[in-house]
Amino acid sequence: MTNENLYKYLIRMADNSLIFGHRISEWTGKCPTLEEDIALSNFALDFVGQSRSLYTYAAAIEGKGRDEDQLAYVKLLHDYKNILLLEQPNGDFGYTIMRAFIYSTFMHKFWLKMLNSKDETLAAIAAKSEKEAAYHVRHSAEWVIRLGDGTQESHNRMQTAADEIWRFTAEMFETDEIEMALIADGVAIDPKEIQDEWLSYIQEIFEMATLTLNQDVFMQTGGRSGQHSEYLGYILCELQWVQLTYPNSKW
Amino acid sequence: MMTVSKEIIGDVTLITQGDTHFGADFVVHSQQDILALPKKIRDPFMLAFSAIESVCDPEIPVLTIMDLGVFRSLSIDDKNGLIVTITPTYSGCPAMSMIAFDVEVALGKAGFKQVTVHLSLKPAWTTDWMTKQGKKKLVDYGIAAPIGKSSALKTDRAALFGITEVCCPRCKSNNTEKLAEFGSTACKAQYRCKSCLEPFDYFKCI
Repeated sequence: MTNENLYKYLIRMADNSLIFGHRISEWTGKCPTLEEDIALSNFALDFVGQSRSLYTYAAAIEGKGRDEDQLAYVKLLHDYKNILLLEQPNGDFGYTIMRAFIYSTFMHKFWLKMLNSKDETLAAIAAKSEKEAAYHVRHSAEWVIRLGDGTQESHNRMQTAADEIWRFTAEMFETDEIEMALIADGVAIDPKEIQDEWLSYIQEIFEMATLTLNQDVFMQTGGRSGQHSEYLGYILCELQWVQLTYPNSKW
Repeated sequence: MMTVSKEIIGDVTLITQGDTHFGADFVVHSQQDILALPKKIRDPFMLAFSAIESVCDPEIPVLTIMDLGVFRSLSIDDKNGLIVTITPTYSGCPAMSMIAFDVEVALGKAGFKQVTVHLSLKPAWTTDWMTKQGKKKLVDYGIAAPIGKSSALKTDRAALFGITEVCCPRCKSNNTEKLAEFGSTACKAQYRCKSCLEPFDYFKCI
Protein backbone atom coordinates (compact mmCIF):
# COMPACT_ATOMS: atom_id res chain seq x y z
CA MET A 1 0.00 0.00 0.00
CA THR A 2 1.37 3.37 -0.95
CA ASN A 3 -0.30 5.32 1.78
CA GLU A 4 -1.18 3.25 4.80
CA ASN A 5 -1.80 6.27 7.01
CA LEU A 6 -4.36 7.68 4.62
CA TYR A 7 -6.06 4.31 4.40
CA LYS A 8 -6.39 4.08 8.19
CA TYR A 9 -7.59 7.65 8.42
CA LEU A 10 -10.29 7.01 5.82
CA ILE A 11 -11.42 3.85 7.59
CA ARG A 12 -11.82 5.73 10.88
CA MET A 13 -13.97 8.38 9.25
CA ALA A 14 -15.95 5.84 7.25
CA ASP A 15 -16.62 3.68 10.33
CA ASN A 16 -17.89 6.73 12.20
CA SER A 17 -20.31 7.58 9.42
CA LEU A 18 -21.47 4.02 8.89
CA ILE A 19 -22.10 3.19 12.54
CA PHE A 20 -23.83 6.48 13.21
CA GLY A 21 -25.90 6.21 10.04
CA HIS A 22 -26.95 2.70 10.98
CA ARG A 23 -27.77 3.73 14.53
CA ILE A 24 -29.99 6.57 13.41
CA SER A 25 -31.66 4.38 10.81
CA GLU A 26 -33.11 2.38 13.71
CA TRP A 27 -35.59 5.26 14.09
CA THR A 28 -37.03 4.69 10.64
CA GLY A 29 -40.69 3.81 11.12
CA LYS A 30 -40.64 4.57 14.85
CA CYS A 31 -40.29 8.35 15.18
CA PRO A 32 -42.73 10.43 17.20
CA THR A 33 -44.04 12.12 14.05
CA LEU A 34 -44.01 11.30 10.35
CA GLU A 35 -41.96 14.43 9.51
CA GLU A 36 -39.32 13.45 12.02
CA ASP A 37 -39.29 9.91 10.74
CA ILE A 38 -38.44 11.25 7.30
CA ALA A 39 -35.88 13.67 8.73
CA LEU A 40 -33.97 11.03 10.70
CA SER A 41 -34.12 8.60 7.79
CA ASN A 42 -32.52 11.34 5.70
CA PHE A 43 -29.85 11.85 8.35
CA ALA A 44 -29.10 8.15 8.23
CA LEU A 45 -28.98 8.17 4.44
CA ASP A 46 -26.53 11.08 4.40
CA PHE A 47 -24.18 9.36 6.84
CA VAL A 48 -24.32 5.99 5.11
CA GLY A 49 -23.77 7.79 1.79
CA GLN A 50 -20.75 9.62 3.17
CA SER A 51 -19.35 6.36 4.52
CA ARG A 52 -19.70 4.82 1.09
CA SER A 53 -17.64 7.58 -0.52
CA LEU A 54 -14.98 7.18 2.17
CA TYR A 55 -14.85 3.36 1.98
CA THR A 56 -14.73 3.51 -1.82
CA TYR A 57 -11.74 5.83 -1.64
CA ALA A 58 -10.12 3.67 1.05
CA ALA A 59 -10.55 0.61 -1.16
CA ALA A 60 -8.81 2.41 -4.03
CA ILE A 61 -5.94 3.44 -1.74
CA GLU A 62 -5.62 -0.09 -0.41
CA GLY A 63 -5.44 -1.42 -3.95
CA LYS A 64 -6.20 -5.04 -3.11
CA GLY A 65 -9.29 -5.27 -5.25
CA ARG A 66 -11.65 -5.10 -2.28
CA ASP A 67 -14.72 -2.92 -2.63
CA GLU A 68 -16.50 -0.59 -0.24
CA ASP A 69 -18.91 -3.29 0.94
CA GLN A 70 -16.07 -5.56 2.01
CA LEU A 71 -14.43 -2.76 3.95
CA ALA A 72 -17.71 -1.90 5.61
CA TYR A 73 -19.14 -5.33 6.40
CA VAL A 74 -16.52 -8.01 6.39
CA LYS A 75 -14.43 -7.38 9.45
CA LEU A 76 -14.32 -8.16 13.14
CA LEU A 77 -15.61 -5.96 15.91
CA HIS A 78 -12.19 -4.71 16.92
CA ASP A 79 -11.46 -3.64 13.35
CA TYR A 80 -14.17 -1.00 13.57
CA LYS A 81 -12.58 2.29 14.60
CA ASN A 82 -15.64 4.43 15.22
CA ILE A 83 -15.76 6.56 18.35
CA LEU A 84 -17.79 5.28 21.32
CA LEU A 85 -20.30 8.12 21.16
CA LEU A 86 -21.80 6.90 17.91
CA GLU A 87 -22.43 3.30 18.93
CA GLN A 88 -24.37 4.14 22.09
CA PRO A 89 -28.03 3.12 21.89
CA ASN A 90 -30.49 5.76 20.68
CA GLY A 91 -32.19 6.11 24.06
CA ASP A 92 -35.22 8.38 23.88
CA PHE A 93 -35.80 10.94 21.14
CA GLY A 94 -34.12 13.59 23.29
CA TYR A 95 -30.91 11.56 23.58
CA THR A 96 -30.87 10.90 19.83
CA ILE A 97 -31.34 14.59 19.02
CA MET A 98 -28.80 15.74 21.61
CA ARG A 99 -26.15 13.36 20.24
CA ALA A 100 -26.99 14.31 16.65
CA PHE A 101 -26.59 17.98 17.58
CA ILE A 102 -23.26 17.56 19.37
CA TYR A 103 -21.80 15.32 16.67
CA SER A 104 -23.20 17.19 13.65
CA THR A 105 -21.86 20.48 14.97
CA PHE A 106 -18.44 18.84 15.16
CA MET A 107 -18.76 17.29 11.70
CA HIS A 108 -19.93 20.49 10.05
CA LYS A 109 -16.85 22.34 11.27
CA PHE A 110 -14.72 19.30 10.44
CA TRP A 111 -15.87 19.19 6.79
CA LEU A 112 -15.52 22.96 6.39
CA LYS A 113 -11.86 22.62 7.38
CA MET A 114 -11.44 19.55 5.21
CA LEU A 115 -12.40 21.61 2.14
CA ASN A 116 -8.78 22.81 2.19
CA SER A 117 -7.24 19.35 2.31
CA LYS A 118 -4.41 18.80 -0.14
CA ASP A 119 -6.01 15.46 -0.94
CA GLU A 120 -8.40 16.25 -3.78
CA THR A 121 -10.77 13.35 -3.17
CA LEU A 122 -11.09 14.16 0.52
CA ALA A 123 -11.74 17.80 -0.34
CA ALA A 124 -14.43 16.67 -2.80
CA ILE A 125 -16.11 14.45 -0.22
CA ALA A 126 -15.94 17.36 2.22
CA ALA A 127 -17.61 19.74 -0.24
CA LYS A 128 -20.53 17.37 -0.54
CA SER A 129 -20.76 16.46 3.13
CA GLU A 130 -20.47 20.01 4.42
CA LYS A 131 -23.78 20.92 2.81
CA GLU A 132 -25.48 17.90 4.33
CA ALA A 133 -23.94 18.50 7.75
CA ALA A 134 -25.25 22.09 7.76
CA TYR A 135 -28.78 20.72 7.56
CA HIS A 136 -28.08 18.22 10.33
CA VAL A 137 -26.86 21.00 12.61
CA ARG A 138 -29.79 23.27 11.87
CA HIS A 139 -32.40 20.59 12.33
CA SER A 140 -30.97 19.14 15.53
CA ALA A 141 -30.14 22.54 17.06
CA GLU A 142 -33.71 23.71 16.55
CA TRP A 143 -34.95 20.60 18.32
CA VAL A 144 -32.49 21.05 21.20
CA ILE A 145 -33.87 24.56 21.74
CA ARG A 146 -37.51 23.51 21.45
CA LEU A 147 -37.16 20.57 23.79
CA GLY A 148 -34.71 22.15 26.23
CA ASP A 149 -36.88 25.24 26.50
CA GLY A 150 -40.07 23.21 26.29
CA THR A 151 -41.94 21.46 29.09
CA GLN A 152 -40.38 20.45 32.39
CA GLU A 153 -40.37 16.85 31.18
CA SER A 154 -38.66 17.60 27.84
CA HIS A 155 -36.19 19.92 29.59
CA ASN A 156 -35.25 17.20 32.09
CA ARG A 157 -34.77 14.63 29.37
CA MET A 158 -32.53 16.93 27.32
CA GLN A 159 -30.47 17.79 30.38
CA THR A 160 -30.06 14.10 31.25
CA ALA A 161 -29.07 13.35 27.66
CA ALA A 162 -26.45 16.10 27.63
CA ASP A 163 -25.01 14.90 30.94
CA GLU A 164 -24.82 11.30 29.74
CA ILE A 165 -23.35 12.13 26.35
CA TRP A 166 -20.63 14.54 27.42
CA ARG A 167 -18.20 11.84 28.62
CA PHE A 168 -17.89 10.55 25.05
CA THR A 169 -17.05 13.89 23.45
CA ALA A 170 -13.29 13.99 24.15
CA GLU A 171 -12.72 11.13 21.71
CA MET A 172 -13.73 13.36 18.78
CA PHE A 173 -10.64 15.48 19.42
CA GLU A 174 -8.09 12.70 19.89
CA THR A 175 -5.22 12.39 17.46
CA ASP A 176 -2.41 9.86 17.20
CA GLU A 177 0.78 9.60 15.12
CA ILE A 178 -1.19 8.55 12.02
CA GLU A 179 -3.23 11.73 12.05
CA MET A 180 -0.30 13.89 13.07
CA ALA A 181 1.65 12.74 10.01
CA LEU A 182 -1.31 13.44 7.72
CA ILE A 183 -1.94 16.80 9.37
CA ALA A 184 1.68 17.74 8.73
CA ASP A 185 1.17 16.84 5.07
CA GLY A 186 -1.93 19.03 4.84
CA VAL A 187 -4.13 16.01 4.14
CA ALA A 188 -5.92 15.55 7.47
CA ILE A 189 -7.19 18.26 9.75
CA ASP A 190 -6.39 18.72 13.41
CA PRO A 191 -9.69 18.41 15.30
CA LYS A 192 -8.29 20.47 18.15
CA GLU A 193 -8.36 23.46 15.82
CA ILE A 194 -12.14 23.33 15.72
CA GLN A 195 -12.68 22.46 19.38
CA ASP A 196 -13.15 26.05 20.59
CA GLU A 197 -15.70 27.03 17.97
CA TRP A 198 -17.47 23.72 18.43
CA LEU A 199 -17.73 24.29 22.17
CA SER A 200 -18.85 27.88 21.87
CA TYR A 201 -21.63 26.92 19.46
CA ILE A 202 -22.82 24.17 21.83
CA GLN A 203 -22.82 26.70 24.67
CA GLU A 204 -24.72 29.22 22.57
CA ILE A 205 -27.45 26.73 21.76
CA PHE A 206 -27.55 25.39 25.33
CA GLU A 207 -28.12 28.90 26.59
CA MET A 208 -31.06 29.37 24.22
CA ALA A 209 -32.32 25.95 25.30
CA THR A 210 -31.98 26.81 29.03
CA LEU A 211 -29.68 23.80 29.46
CA THR A 212 -26.55 23.55 31.58
CA LEU A 213 -23.31 22.25 30.16
CA ASN A 214 -21.69 20.05 32.81
CA GLN A 215 -18.18 19.56 31.51
CA ASP A 216 -16.62 18.18 34.67
CA VAL A 217 -16.96 14.49 33.84
CA PHE A 218 -14.61 11.55 33.34
CA MET A 219 -13.92 11.15 29.61
CA GLN A 220 -14.44 7.68 28.18
CA THR A 221 -12.51 6.80 25.01
CA GLY A 222 -11.34 3.66 23.23
CA GLY A 223 -13.40 3.17 20.07
CA ARG A 224 -10.70 4.61 17.85
CA SER A 225 -8.36 1.83 18.92
CA GLY A 226 -11.05 -0.83 18.58
CA GLN A 227 -11.95 -1.03 22.29
CA HIS A 228 -15.71 -0.83 22.03
CA SER A 229 -18.66 -0.87 24.38
CA GLU A 230 -20.92 -3.93 24.27
CA TYR A 231 -23.40 -1.98 22.13
CA LEU A 232 -21.36 -2.20 18.93
CA GLY A 233 -21.77 -5.98 18.95
CA TYR A 234 -25.53 -5.64 18.77
CA ILE A 235 -25.23 -3.24 15.83
CA LEU A 236 -22.93 -5.63 13.97
CA CYS A 237 -25.31 -8.56 14.47
CA GLU A 238 -27.79 -6.72 12.32
CA LEU A 239 -25.41 -4.76 10.08
CA GLN A 240 -23.33 -7.77 9.02
CA TRP A 241 -26.03 -10.39 8.92
CA VAL A 242 -26.68 -10.42 5.18
CA GLN A 243 -22.97 -10.36 4.26
CA LEU A 244 -22.13 -13.16 6.71
CA THR A 245 -25.09 -15.31 5.74
CA TYR A 246 -24.75 -14.82 2.00
CA PRO A 247 -21.10 -13.82 1.46
CA ASN A 248 -20.44 -11.56 -1.53
CA SER A 249 -24.11 -11.36 -2.34
CA LYS A 250 -25.13 -8.62 -4.77
CA TRP A 251 -28.41 -6.91 -5.50
CA MET B 1 -4.59 7.93 -38.68
CA MET B 2 -6.54 5.22 -36.94
CA THR B 3 -10.20 4.44 -36.70
CA VAL B 4 -12.26 3.87 -33.65
CA SER B 5 -13.89 0.48 -33.68
CA LYS B 6 -17.21 0.65 -35.41
CA GLU B 7 -19.17 -1.25 -32.77
CA ILE B 8 -18.58 1.51 -30.35
CA ILE B 9 -20.39 4.18 -32.22
CA GLY B 10 -22.79 2.46 -34.51
CA ASP B 11 -22.04 3.00 -38.16
CA VAL B 12 -20.23 6.29 -37.74
CA THR B 13 -16.50 6.11 -38.16
CA LEU B 14 -14.43 8.28 -35.90
CA ILE B 15 -10.94 9.34 -36.66
CA THR B 16 -8.33 10.27 -34.12
CA GLN B 17 -5.37 12.42 -34.88
CA GLY B 18 -2.06 10.63 -34.46
CA ASP B 19 -2.03 8.46 -31.34
CA THR B 20 -4.27 10.72 -29.35
CA HIS B 21 -7.38 9.14 -27.97
CA PHE B 22 -10.61 10.92 -28.39
CA GLY B 23 -11.30 11.02 -24.67
CA ALA B 24 -8.36 13.27 -24.09
CA ASP B 25 -9.27 15.59 -26.90
CA PHE B 26 -12.99 15.99 -26.88
CA VAL B 27 -14.99 16.30 -23.73
CA VAL B 28 -18.38 17.91 -24.10
CA HIS B 29 -20.56 19.37 -21.39
CA SER B 30 -23.34 20.83 -23.49
CA GLN B 31 -24.83 20.93 -26.92
CA GLN B 32 -22.85 24.09 -27.69
CA ASP B 33 -19.64 22.18 -27.03
CA ILE B 34 -20.65 19.64 -29.67
CA LEU B 35 -21.26 22.36 -32.26
CA ALA B 36 -17.72 23.54 -31.68
CA LEU B 37 -16.28 20.10 -32.52
CA PRO B 38 -14.75 19.26 -35.90
CA LYS B 39 -17.60 18.48 -38.28
CA LYS B 40 -16.56 14.87 -38.84
CA ILE B 41 -17.14 13.80 -35.29
CA ARG B 42 -20.21 15.83 -34.37
CA ASP B 43 -22.72 13.16 -35.34
CA PRO B 44 -21.85 10.46 -32.81
CA PHE B 45 -21.61 13.06 -30.06
CA MET B 46 -24.98 14.47 -31.03
CA LEU B 47 -26.49 10.99 -31.12
CA ALA B 48 -25.12 10.14 -27.70
CA PHE B 49 -26.07 13.50 -26.26
CA SER B 50 -29.70 13.24 -27.27
CA ALA B 51 -29.83 9.70 -25.87
CA ILE B 52 -28.52 10.95 -22.52
CA GLU B 53 -30.91 13.88 -22.68
CA SER B 54 -33.79 11.43 -22.56
CA VAL B 55 -32.77 10.07 -19.14
CA CYS B 56 -34.90 11.38 -16.30
CA ASP B 57 -34.48 11.43 -12.57
CA PRO B 58 -36.39 8.34 -11.35
CA GLU B 59 -37.79 10.24 -8.36
CA ILE B 60 -38.69 13.46 -10.20
CA PRO B 61 -39.53 12.04 -13.62
CA VAL B 62 -40.24 15.43 -15.23
CA LEU B 63 -36.61 16.44 -14.91
CA THR B 64 -33.90 15.10 -17.16
CA ILE B 65 -30.44 14.61 -15.70
CA MET B 66 -29.40 17.60 -17.79
CA ASP B 67 -32.11 19.81 -16.28
CA LEU B 68 -30.81 18.76 -12.87
CA GLY B 69 -27.15 19.29 -13.62
CA VAL B 70 -26.42 15.67 -12.69
CA PHE B 71 -24.96 15.06 -16.15
CA ARG B 72 -21.45 16.55 -16.22
CA SER B 73 -19.69 15.46 -19.38
CA LEU B 74 -19.43 13.08 -22.27
CA SER B 75 -16.33 11.88 -24.05
CA ILE B 76 -15.55 9.23 -26.62
CA ASP B 77 -12.45 7.15 -26.37
CA ASP B 78 -11.36 4.48 -28.84
CA LYS B 79 -10.33 2.20 -26.01
CA ASN B 80 -13.16 2.69 -23.55
CA GLY B 81 -15.99 3.72 -25.80
CA LEU B 82 -18.34 6.31 -24.40
CA ILE B 83 -17.59 7.80 -21.03
CA VAL B 84 -20.44 9.60 -19.35
CA THR B 85 -19.71 11.46 -16.14
CA ILE B 86 -22.48 12.11 -13.66
CA THR B 87 -22.43 13.52 -10.15
CA PRO B 88 -24.67 12.67 -7.18
CA THR B 89 -26.96 15.32 -5.69
CA TYR B 90 -26.54 13.97 -2.14
CA SER B 91 -23.97 11.48 -0.81
CA GLY B 92 -26.58 8.80 -0.18
CA CYS B 93 -28.82 9.56 -3.14
CA PRO B 94 -30.35 6.16 -4.01
CA ALA B 95 -31.23 7.35 -7.52
CA MET B 96 -27.61 7.34 -8.70
CA SER B 97 -27.29 3.68 -9.59
CA MET B 98 -30.68 3.84 -11.33
CA ILE B 99 -29.57 6.88 -13.32
CA ALA B 100 -26.30 5.19 -14.31
CA PHE B 101 -28.27 2.16 -15.45
CA ASP B 102 -30.75 4.28 -17.42
CA VAL B 103 -27.89 6.09 -19.16
CA GLU B 104 -26.41 2.76 -20.26
CA VAL B 105 -29.76 1.56 -21.53
CA ALA B 106 -30.50 4.79 -23.43
CA LEU B 107 -27.09 4.71 -25.10
CA GLY B 108 -27.44 1.02 -25.82
CA LYS B 109 -30.71 1.68 -27.61
CA ALA B 110 -29.00 4.40 -29.62
CA GLY B 111 -26.46 1.82 -30.80
CA PHE B 112 -23.54 2.44 -28.46
CA LYS B 113 -22.24 -0.87 -27.22
CA GLN B 114 -19.43 0.15 -24.97
CA VAL B 115 -20.44 2.64 -22.30
CA THR B 116 -18.83 3.57 -19.02
CA VAL B 117 -20.68 5.72 -16.52
CA HIS B 118 -18.28 7.47 -14.26
CA LEU B 119 -19.36 8.95 -10.92
CA SER B 120 -17.60 12.15 -10.05
CA LEU B 121 -17.69 13.90 -6.68
CA LYS B 122 -15.81 16.99 -7.68
CA PRO B 123 -16.95 19.68 -7.94
CA ALA B 124 -19.83 19.01 -5.56
CA TRP B 125 -23.27 19.25 -7.11
CA THR B 126 -25.24 22.38 -6.41
CA THR B 127 -28.77 23.50 -7.26
CA ASP B 128 -27.11 26.42 -9.08
CA TRP B 129 -26.58 23.95 -11.93
CA MET B 130 -30.25 23.33 -12.38
CA THR B 131 -31.37 24.85 -15.68
CA LYS B 132 -34.04 27.55 -15.97
CA GLN B 133 -36.11 25.13 -17.98
CA GLY B 134 -35.64 22.54 -15.24
CA LYS B 135 -36.87 24.94 -12.57
CA LYS B 136 -39.94 25.73 -14.60
CA LYS B 137 -40.73 22.04 -15.15
CA LEU B 138 -40.32 21.49 -11.42
CA VAL B 139 -42.89 24.17 -10.54
CA ASP B 140 -45.33 22.90 -13.18
CA TYR B 141 -44.98 19.47 -11.59
CA GLY B 142 -45.91 20.87 -8.17
CA ILE B 143 -42.50 21.20 -6.52
CA ALA B 144 -41.22 24.64 -5.53
CA ALA B 145 -37.87 25.32 -7.20
CA PRO B 146 -34.73 26.17 -5.21
CA ILE B 147 -34.54 29.83 -4.30
CA GLY B 148 -31.35 31.87 -4.48
CA LYS B 149 -27.78 30.87 -5.15
CA SER B 150 -26.15 28.12 -3.13
CA SER B 151 -22.81 29.90 -3.09
CA ALA B 152 -24.42 32.92 -1.44
CA LEU B 153 -25.83 30.73 1.32
CA LYS B 154 -22.56 29.19 2.32
CA THR B 155 -22.05 31.20 5.49
CA ASP B 156 -25.57 31.04 6.86
CA ARG B 157 -26.63 27.64 5.65
CA ALA B 158 -26.74 26.44 9.23
CA ALA B 159 -28.55 29.54 10.51
CA LEU B 160 -31.32 28.63 12.91
CA PHE B 161 -35.01 28.97 12.18
CA GLY B 162 -34.08 30.52 8.86
CA ILE B 163 -37.12 31.70 6.96
CA THR B 164 -37.03 31.29 3.21
CA GLU B 165 -40.01 32.74 1.42
CA VAL B 166 -41.18 29.94 -0.80
CA CYS B 167 -43.83 30.47 -3.43
CA CYS B 168 -46.62 27.88 -3.56
CA PRO B 169 -46.28 26.03 -6.89
CA ARG B 170 -50.05 25.58 -7.02
CA CYS B 171 -51.61 29.00 -6.28
CA LYS B 172 -48.41 31.12 -6.42
CA SER B 173 -49.03 32.58 -2.96
CA ASN B 174 -46.04 33.52 -0.84
CA ASN B 175 -48.02 32.91 2.34
CA THR B 176 -46.41 29.55 3.06
CA GLU B 177 -44.75 27.85 6.02
CA LYS B 178 -42.14 25.18 6.48
CA LEU B 179 -43.45 21.93 7.95
CA ALA B 180 -40.20 20.02 8.04
CA GLU B 181 -36.60 20.43 6.98
CA PHE B 182 -36.62 17.09 5.19
CA GLY B 183 -39.06 15.83 2.59
CA SER B 184 -39.88 12.79 0.50
CA THR B 185 -36.31 12.69 -0.82
CA ALA B 186 -33.02 14.02 0.53
CA CYS B 187 -33.18 17.02 -1.76
CA LYS B 188 -36.55 18.34 -0.62
CA ALA B 189 -38.23 20.01 2.38
CA GLN B 190 -41.91 19.95 3.26
CA TYR B 191 -43.95 23.15 3.09
CA ARG B 192 -47.60 24.11 3.38
CA CYS B 193 -49.45 26.90 1.62
CA LYS B 194 -51.55 28.96 3.99
CA SER B 195 -53.59 30.40 1.14
CA CYS B 196 -54.72 27.29 -0.71
CA LEU B 197 -53.94 24.98 2.24
CA GLU B 198 -52.11 22.46 0.07
CA PRO B 199 -48.91 20.84 1.29
CA PHE B 200 -46.03 20.80 -1.20
CA ASP B 201 -42.36 19.93 -1.58
CA TYR B 202 -39.64 22.53 -1.83
CA PHE B 203 -36.43 21.61 -3.63
CA LYS B 204 -33.75 22.78 -1.18
CA CYS B 205 -31.09 25.20 -2.31
CA ILE B 206 -27.73 23.57 -1.61
